[in-house]
Amino acid sequence: MAHTSRALEISQPGVLPRSERELRDSFLSQLEIIPGGDKIKACIQCGTCTGSCPVSYAMDLSPRAVMAHFRAGDIETILRSRTIWVCASCYACTTRCPSGIKITEVLYALKRIAIDEGIFPSRFPVYHLSEQFVKMVNRYGRNYEMGLMLRFNLMTGLKRFWQMVPLGWKLFTHGRLAFKPVRIQGLEQIRKIISQAQTASIPVRREIPEFVSPVGYGVSSEAEAKVAVAGGGR
Amino acid sequence: MKYLYYPGCSLESQAKAYDLSLRAVFKLLGEELLEIQDWNCCGATAYMSVKETVAFSISARNLAIAESMGGEVVAPCSSCFTILNKTNRYLKEEPALRSLVNQALQSGGLEYKGGVVIRHPLDVLVNDVGVEVIKMHTQRDLAGLKIAPYYGCQLVRPERGFDDREFPTTMDDLFSELGGKIVYFPVKVRCCGGMLMSTFNEVGLKLTKEILECAQENQADVIVTTCPMCHFNLEAYQKQINRKFGTNFQTPIWYFTQLLGWTLGASDEELGLKYNFINLPKEKLGRALEAV
Repeated sequence: MAHTSRALEISQPGVLPRSERELRDSFLSQLEIIPGGDKIKACIQCGTCTGSCPVSYAMDLSPRAVMAHFRAGDIETILRSRTIWVCASCYACTTRCPSGIKITEVLYALKRIAIDEGIFPSRFPVYHLSEQFVKMVNRYGRNYEMGLMLRFNLMTGLKRFWQMVPLGWKLFTHGRLAFKPVRIQGLEQIRKIISQAQTASIPVRREIPEFVSPVGYGVSSEAEAKVAVAGGGR
Repeated sequence: MKYLYYPGCSLESQAKAYDLSLRAVFKLLGEELLEIQDWNCCGATAYMSVKETVAFSISARNLAIAESMGGEVVAPCSSCFTILNKTNRYLKEEPALRSLVNQALQSGGLEYKGGVVIRHPLDVLVNDVGVEVIKMHTQRDLAGLKIAPYYGCQLVRPERGFDDREFPTTMDDLFSELGGKIVYFPVKVRCCGGMLMSTFNEVGLKLTKEILECAQENQADVIVTTCPMCHFNLEAYQKQINRKFGTNFQTPIWYFTQLLGWTLGASDEELGLKYNFINLPKEKLGRALEAV
């Protein structure tokens, strides 16, 4: 398991292996654009998120465990989990978190990193659905439901495609399928907006928030790493 | 008050009935509803979870156009409602993001200053127009129709909006004033599964089943929804759920605007009733009010 092999890489307490530090940095910079994103430091591990989550039964890491793995300096395990893909964005956890952590947004951020790093199985439904959706919107300016479902179901397997046929027929006979995509007039304009936005990266507004945890894995810079090593040697 | 209408992609195809009935209700109540010129996709959860800066920028194009038109935005789809509100809030609270998004908008000749308010039609109809005014316009009485009002997730969460995040009552109050009987329905903000129905089908079916089950146990004649996604999951997957779990659901699902429009005297065509998969027998639907 990824988790065990990674544990072996950590030779000295308090020192994160390079890849983990990179993942952590990219995760923390994602948190920068979430208002109140640094509240992740305030997790008290109460488990209210897991208890409120309607799909935690289908996750391998519960939302509470996601927070625990983040604190333990083990983001890779989270990125390899099913959890980030199963979240249905219902915001029940976010609403109830006593520490005000925006858990749904945190999971979005982790999902974006997993996609950037390419950590998911091929033919993975969530990724393909998002990918096709983005394509539709970039092409027409609006979502074209029928085109999206056709492409999505074909990409992720014929079995899924055949399962969709009866439902598609029902939608058709009830006049609820649009056969032509609607193109917005400002397509040129929206393409310019998209290409400009794609070049943008969020400037880091402040230093990456320091994170102090009892096990001393709160390493955020080279200097602090050295301090942590010195401390950990005792 | 001038309202700027942001229909969203679903209401142009799969959820036509929501679009028709919403327009009918606003017309019958004498409220102006002006469609946002050349609006585009809000970004939805799918875009938002992949490319955030781009998603914020395309979402903000709608806000910029709305700002130039002047008026409050009405977004009936819960997902659009949440995404547009989120974009609005993030642009307000994160100056770095705002300047990036405005740079992107400027390349398309637009600018967003941050002055738009995004509302849900349920909020507008109950809190601006008001139940008293609606009652003055009613032509029919719901006469004891047993209603399960389903709010779903993204109408009331993540931020506290016009109603409670755990136990909203706006629809309950509205329809009981119009003569309906609200059944016990504790799952009214439980998740229907959203896009999980396509991605992790088994999880989605289970979540939707629990909502249908609760409505059936409490003998609801109809589940009333505020979101095209919830509506689709609850309505279109009943057959699959029956096959998988051995249940016998045959529960009509209506948009809240269809039921409200019906009390206001709108015709079946105006309400788009032919688009519904499961018929709600007319004899259950109450009666015409006697002209006083």
